Amino acid sequence: MADVTVEKKSTAGGKDISDLLGGRLRENGMLLALVAIVAFFTIMLSLDGKSFLVPANITNIFLQNGHIIILALGMLLVIVSGHIDLSVGSVAAFTGAVAAYLSVNLHLPFYLVIPMGLVVGGLIGAAQGYWVAYWRIPSFIVTLAGMMVFRGATLWLLGGQNIGPFDSGFQALANGFVPDPFTVGKPNVLALIVVAVAIGLQFWLGFRSRARDAEFGLAPEPMALFLGRTLIVAAGTGFVGYQLAYFRGLPDVLVVLVVLTTLYAFFTENTTMGRRIYAVGGNEKAAKLSGIGTERLVFLCFVNMGVLAALAGMEVTARLNSATPKAGTGFELDAIASVFIGGASMTGGSGKIVGVVIGALIMGVMNMGMSIMGIGIEYQQMIKGLVLLIAVIFDVYNKSK
Amino acid sequence: MTTLLEMRGITKTFPGVRALDKVSLNVQQGEIHAICGENGAGKSTLMKVLSGVYPHGTYEGEIIYDGKPLSLKGISDSEQRGIIIIHQELALIPLLSIAENLFLGHEVATNGVIDWHKAFHQTEGWLKKVGLSEPPGTVVGKLGVGKQQLIEIAKALAKDVRLLILDEPTAALQENDSEKLLDLMLELKSQGVTQIIISHKLNEIAKVADRITVIRDGTSVSTIDAHDISEDRIIRDMVGRDMAHRYPERVLNPGAVLMEVANWSVWHPEQSDRQIIKDVSLNVRKGEIVGIAGLMGTGRTELAMSIFGKSYGKGHKGAVSMNGHKVDVSTVTRAVNAGISYVTEDRKALGLILEEPVTKNVTLANLPGVSANGVLDKRRETQVAEQYRKQLTIRTPGVQQKVVNLSGGNQQKVVLAKWLFTDPQVLILDEPTRGIDVGAKFEIYTIMTELAEQGRGIVMISSEMPELLGMCDRIYVMNEGRIVGELTRDEASQEKIMGMILKGEGKAA
Repeated sequence: MADVTVEKKSTAGGKDISDLLGGRLRENGMLLALVAIVAFFTIMLSLDGKSFLVPANITNIFLQNGHIIILALGMLLVIVSGHIDLSVGSVAAFTGAVAAYLSVNLHLPFYLVIPMGLVVGGLIGAAQGYWVAYWRIPSFIVTLAGMMVFRGATLWLLGGQNIGPFDSGFQALANGFVPDPFTVGKPNVLALIVVAVAIGLQFWLGFRSRARDAEFGLAPEPMALFLGRTLIVAAGTGFVGYQLAYFRGLPDVLVVLVVLTTLYAFFTENTTMGRRIYAVGGNEKAAKLSGIGTERLVFLCFVNMGVLAALAGMEVTARLNSATPKAGTGFELDAIASVFIGGASMTGGSGKIVGVVIGALIMGVMNMGMSIMGIGIEYQQMIKGLVLLIAVIFDVYNKSK
Repeated sequence: MTTLLEMRGITKTFPGVRALDKVSLNVQQGEIHAICGENGAGKSTLMKVLSGVYPHGTYEGEIIYDGKPLSLKGISDSEQRGIIIIHQELALIPLLSIAENLFLGHEVATNGVIDWHKAFHQTEGWLKKVGLSEPPGTVVGKLGVGKQQLIEIAKALAKDVRLLILDEPTAALQENDSEKLLDLMLELKSQGVTQIIISHKLNEIAKVADRITVIRDGTSVSTIDAHDISEDRIIRDMVGRDMAHRYPERVLNPGAVLMEVANWSVWHPEQSDRQIIKDVSLNVRKGEIVGIAGLMGTGRTELAMSIFGKSYGKGHKGAVSMNGHKVDVSTVTRAVNAGISYVTEDRKALGLILEEPVTKNVTLANLPGVSANGVLDKRRETQVAEQYRKQLTIRTPGVQQKVVNLSGGNQQKVVLAKWLFTDPQVLILDEPTRGIDVGAKFEIYTIMTELAEQGRGIVMISSEMPELLGMCDRIYVMNEGRIVGELTRDEASQEKIMGMILKGEGKAA
């Protein structure tokens, strides 16, 4: 029995190596899986005489999967709070259509269209979150209804047709690159500087955190593990940055993704509000009796999801340069899959932003790799499904040990 | 008498821990054998070995059952041999009927088609045996815990039980239901059913058990005849030391009135005409431990939860004052800010986030205490948890341990730590020692005494009268939503409390 386990192996200072490893095992494992998948495609394609890790591909991985990562960030919060949102694909399509209507039909400038689109998304999220949070209607049902309603609303708004093309300001949301003030051309100096700073930050933050742990007498992560992980991440960052610098520089989408990921990672792990969302998903009743406004938090998770769905929707619309009735189909499933590949629990209360982003990148790399290899869409679907299953089996197996 | 079961040298190890170390158990045909021990001593592990949850080969040692060596592959294997365990948490399916539950897994069926007529008929027979007269079609979820427990036993009987294992069967039962259950155990004994009972309640063991085996720290300490034991002897064996006093010394030194509840009335959350709390007035002084006695279901928990941020009921009337000033307790946050904390009776469902570590549970009710501008300081959080780990002697390998892995007593301390971190003036403790062992109980009592000495006021709700008598300065007696009496420490006795409850009257409160 578990309670016996605890009574006996009390060690001083509260350190427990397996706990420490176990806590990060998932992320470290995911990171290795991502590296392995990239290596796999590189080797397979090179046998074919094709190359995988070329600047254009690397840029495209972010451009083509940006919307999934954006959706997955919001979906993680929804799932952590113990709910689900099936409507995000339809909401993305609808807000994309709204943006198209405002931009193309009413000729509004992009700096008005984008905030208005985000507000529409937030309102939709609020409308759904209201029923889930305050009326306790199961989120599966509310958002299933939302999925149908907003798909219909998209068709209605577009009149069954595509709307486009957009002005260049709006298009930049998806296809823009950060201008390089150094005007060297290739390589893009700004990209190189940003990457160098990013790598420096990773080491600096990592070592600072270890130093503070030591100062407070906490057990640090084993040095080898820490260095190994930081080096892999730094090498990845460096490589990606170098390749981007020799293509078109830093994509706007990538900047948005990095900023959002950092914000959400900080929010979920280091703020009281983030912690409370995990508490609501972990044990709603206990959270409530601890003075946490559970309804309000659930409501806000859905509002946030709506805003991010709108952002993803406009990003996709800008990339395709037209709003289409079929846009966003299946987005919700990609986002949910990323969250679960990333290690979140179906019952709520656990899951990390870093895991989710790696999960989304694994899906993205696989999409691209398999497409370049010329694997048919039918096999791609099957393989992605199996990867999701295997990732979750891996989790459950680890827990049962 | 012949030996039905002999477990010899059972050793079970988990990674890094030896949960059972050469435990021996000898159960005679037709006896009721009690197993006592602190939480975490290894009782449940031993029963899991016996019932096949841990199959043959995953432990060392041997089991002789009915004169033959027993090597079980799983639970169904043990059930086939008539070894049936009834777990603490009931395993009935609330939405199914009694008959469906009773035959779940071995339905009265030919080729997979159930003969409901026969099943209902047989169910009636089994129900009669356990003293129930409910129609077999009754949905189980509508019955009380006491009756559900009896249905579990009926289910075991229907499986041709030879060795019935009851894991803390009365933990969730009211007194009269417990009595019924214990009588049924004696009745089954007279019909030749051998039984093993795991219990913390020494008076129950004294009533039904023939022999007692005490387990401590994964080893069997002693097996004694129930006729020549005293409670003190059992307690000594369980904790491994003499416990001269079961309650810490208290110096009564009450100060000014700290919290005052006046004319408090609350109605049922769904049935608006049903008044659950009826015009209750009570007060707590600084440094005082005040008890609330009463049977289960009299509204003690409802009273506490309604005061604590209106967490129960509707249409609240009345007033709560702290230090003479009226305070707003309409939400949990406001109640906490007013200086009131409530430690729930159901720590797993309402008190803890089981899958989270000690740290996150301890700070949950006071996150601002470990953050600045909404940003958490996790190192500070760890320090806070470490501090409470030492102060309350929470036994855990580390504060990063998930609380689900802690024993009941240590979980209770984590819940206490959570509320202490809000620095409350008044702590309402709802059944603070439920389901925890004797040693941990004493530790909880000691903590309560210390808190009172710090000048805090404590309200202790308990169904165990001895602990109320041992700990409290004053005791309010509740019955059917009303306070029916108030007794000082000197006046109070079990007889007087029971008398007040039964007569529903006493000194005006």
